[in-house]
Amino acid sequence: MFDRRLIYHFDWVLLLTVLMLAAVGIMNLYSATANWSYGGTPLYLKQLVWLGSGLFIAMLVCLFDYRHLQYLAVHAYIFGIGLLVTVIFLGRTTMGATRWINLGFINVQPSEVIKVAIILLFARLLTKMATSQGFAVRDLWRPALWLLVPTLLILKQPDLGTTVMVVLIALSMLVFAGLKRATLVWLAILALATGVVGWFGLHDYQRARVRTFLNPDADPLGSGYHIIQSKIAVGSGGIFGKGFLEGTQAQLSFLPERHTDFAFSVFAEEWGFVGCLLLLLLYLFLIAWGLYIARRASDQFGLFLAIGVTAMFFWHIVVNLAMVIGLLPVVGVPLPLFSYGGTSMVTMMIGVGLLMNVSMRRFMF
Amino acid sequence: MNLKVKWIDLPIVRRRFYLYTLAAVLVFVLLLLRLWYLQVISYEDLFDRSVRNRTRMLITEAPRGPIYDRHGVLLVDNRPAFQISVMRQDIVQRDELFSRLSSLLDVSAEQLEMRWQEGRRLPAYRPVPLIIDVERELVERVQENSIDLPGVLIEVRPLRDYPDPDAVAHVVGYLGEITEQELKNASFGEYRGGDLIGKVALERSYEDSLRGDKGQQLIEVDVQGRLLRMLQAQSSEPGKKVYLTVDLELQKAAVEAFGNRAGAAIALNVHTGEVLAMVSLPTYNPAQFARGISPDEWRSLLGDRRNPLQNKAITGLYPPASTFKMVVALAALREGIAGTNREIYCPGALVVGDSRFRCWKREGHGAANLKMALRESCDVWFYQVGLELGIDKLSAAAKEFGFGSTLGFALPGERAGTIPSREWKRRQFNEPWYAGETVIASIGQGYVLTTPLQLAVMTAALVNGGQVLKPQIVERIEDWEGNVTQLFEPQLIRQLDYSPQHWQAVEEGMVAVVGDLRGTGRLAHLDWLSVAGKTGTSQVVRRLSDEEEELLTGDEHIPYRQRSHALFVAYAPVENPEIAVAVIVEHGQSGGRVAAPIARDIISRYFRNSGE
Repeated sequence: MFDRRLIYHFDWVLLLTVLMLAAVGIMNLYSATANWSYGGTPLYLKQLVWLGSGLFIAMLVCLFDYRHLQYLAVHAYIFGIGLLVTVIFLGRTTMGATRWINLGFINVQPSEVIKVAIILLFARLLTKMATSQGFAVRDLWRPALWLLVPTLLILKQPDLGTTVMVVLIALSMLVFAGLKRATLVWLAILALATGVVGWFGLHDYQRARVRTFLNPDADPLGSGYHIIQSKIAVGSGGIFGKGFLEGTQAQLSFLPERHTDFAFSVFAEEWGFVGCLLLLLLYLFLIAWGLYIARRASDQFGLFLAIGVTAMFFWHIVVNLAMVIGLLPVVGVPLPLFSYGGTSMVTMMIGVGLLMNVSMRRFMF
Repeated sequence: MNLKVKWIDLPIVRRRFYLYTLAAVLVFVLLLLRLWYLQVISYEDLFDRSVRNRTRMLITEAPRGPIYDRHGVLLVDNRPAFQISVMRQDIVQRDELFSRLSSLLDVSAEQLEMRWQEGRRLPAYRPVPLIIDVERELVERVQENSIDLPGVLIEVRPLRDYPDPDAVAHVVGYLGEITEQELKNASFGEYRGGDLIGKVALERSYEDSLRGDKGQQLIEVDVQGRLLRMLQAQSSEPGKKVYLTVDLELQKAAVEAFGNRAGAAIALNVHTGEVLAMVSLPTYNPAQFARGISPDEWRSLLGDRRNPLQNKAITGLYPPASTFKMVVALAALREGIAGTNREIYCPGALVVGDSRFRCWKREGHGAANLKMALRESCDVWFYQVGLELGIDKLSAAAKEFGFGSTLGFALPGERAGTIPSREWKRRQFNEPWYAGETVIASIGQGYVLTTPLQLAVMTAALVNGGQVLKPQIVERIEDWEGNVTQLFEPQLIRQLDYSPQHWQAVEEGMVAVVGDLRGTGRLAHLDWLSVAGKTGTSQVVRRLSDEEEELLTGDEHIPYRQRSHALFVAYAPVENPEIAVAVIVEHGQSGGRVAAPIARDIISRYFRNSGE
């Protein structure tokens, strides 16, 4: 089963890009947590361990031919749904949300598992369904149903960020597979309606976040605090930044969540516009490379798989950055390879593994 | 391996790749534009905000200026006091901490909680004071237990110290925490919540000189407001030294002379208007305010019907009664109504219209001239003269002496009093003036109200050639380099115009009041010093009818609040006057018996002191 050609086709560009991003992320994490006084393993070291584990998992994912996954997609999906249901009953509640399952040695976030499962499932679905005419509205009931179940389960936790991510990933794949013009219009109407209805279905804290986003200065010490402090951090970095470990916003703890969701603010404060430009180019390159891998995929399933993984990266990056610089309301979405967090790191590395898998097997028939 | 391969239409797929790539690039360009906007265009503003975020201006208190008497004796100083405070962010379990502190220091936990709530408006980097002015022994107890008291600090803070609190309370006043109202006031811009500010008397009116300039330290703080390091510092400038014109020994003598009576006394230098002594009784202890007055103490001060917090010397309004007679006499002399020898027969009362106005001496004085009328304080003589003079001329003469308006005294709260006239009564009550009212006004009763300060100024003017001088209490203000920033200078309010014979006639009357055995102020007499003066006994309620008076045999039968006020104004020495004194004893009943000895004691102490 293992082919010498695989090593020959190993995607060094992808690996290098991912490693560079992760390295910058860990360096940034070092700075973001430099003033933390309590003991234990420093977070950047933990993240390093997570990166190592992630790389190992990515390699595992590469080992077998991704095409086998077509037949495991439904199993993965059902497994993911099972976990989501489990979390309702056995989940650990932190800060008003039940998102975690404690497996004793490790906490698992089922909503992350479902991201991968949805990518697999949709890749399989679309491979089967895609036609050159594009989907009509009536063709969509099946994907819609598949999507609706996990979406509702995640919304219930509640985890708006992940819900939005899952929907955006699925939509990106669907749109790529091709939609009729009328279908696009219907989707747009649906999105609008969801927005209106969703506003009333939102939790108070979620609604407050949206309101805060629209006018953060209304409550600068309350719900507007995150956005204001983050904007101050980013903006005060200027063109060249304040220098590594010199960001006053980060080092003096004015930035909340600076090791997780707001890690980019720390980076922007210390490295300035120039640093941000380089980092964004690197991320953009990752996206472009993902699309490139999709395009060179040897089959339709590989194509959709790569599109799905790339969409996952893209939407996480864009939503996190937009939130941090005040373009979107605060939703808890981590920056891939950059924010601290084992689950996110592992999910993203599984994604990298899938991309790698597709890339390596591009010449196989 | 038999994997199914299925291709979709290639040109369409290629187009979608381009579109997706283009979309990704566009979104990233949008993100970069936003970053450009934040980091380049809004840079200065956001950088400023990041600086303000992390820095705080820490204010270092300036030591408040000391206050001295005219001889350089300290009246008010600062002393270091221990204060137990807590750093808010270091507290873990507040309830537990407070109960531990309360058992350690014997203070109720509710009181600590109250102080805590009050302190919450202070900025985060400032510790919240819980107990001010703690004894050393308790401080040691806290220190020994400091491990169990996380967040508790022992601070040293300057507190106002009063070596002789009773003698100077009403002159110097006290400090208190600045109120929200005062903070809002624009002229209090230099202050912050929690600051102490002069509340009354000199501490209030000379606040600007005494408070000094605060120092500033620019410090870097973290998000909890904890101090990380100092970036810049500017030291504080201590408040200026204020030297008063009063003499502490004279203050003490005056307080002592009052015993436990209520009232006020003022002594002036007749040539300069310097206030040599000013007391108001009962007094209070300003030290209570320095360490934070307790609600109980505050209630008892407010509840005392003799108003210990009121400076009666400048805010107390009393009918001047017979001490007003010199003014009436002078006006009558100037108007030619009475020559110095005009005799008026006093049968014990004067009938005007339907009313009968009694002299204090029921059997009457018989025929009396001015000297005798002053000496024995014959009311009928003045009734008659006043009636002939008319209220408006009487009123004008009184106003020239400074009655009926404030004198611009340095302490806050000075009152103007009332000198009635036809015009005044029309404005006030929309009623015409009645002759009977002139009658009682000419013995300083009725509507006439004056402050003890005005009486002292009048007395000085009677003997310094008619100079109405502005009473002043600050001798000089000096900074710590010894530069004098304000120096006393006599200020003439008005020069009165009476002929020397008229002055002399009145003076002779006043000399007789004390010097003559028949004088009403005989008790002010000193063997070794010539004193002159005038008694006054002012009714608080209406004058009793004959029948009522016959029922009474002594003071004790009249309820305290209905007893007359006792007044005495005096100057000495007669030959070359230096000091003028005004004394009022609230409900003292008799000017001659009660107020005169107090004036005598003050004068006596003044000359004994200066003779040394």
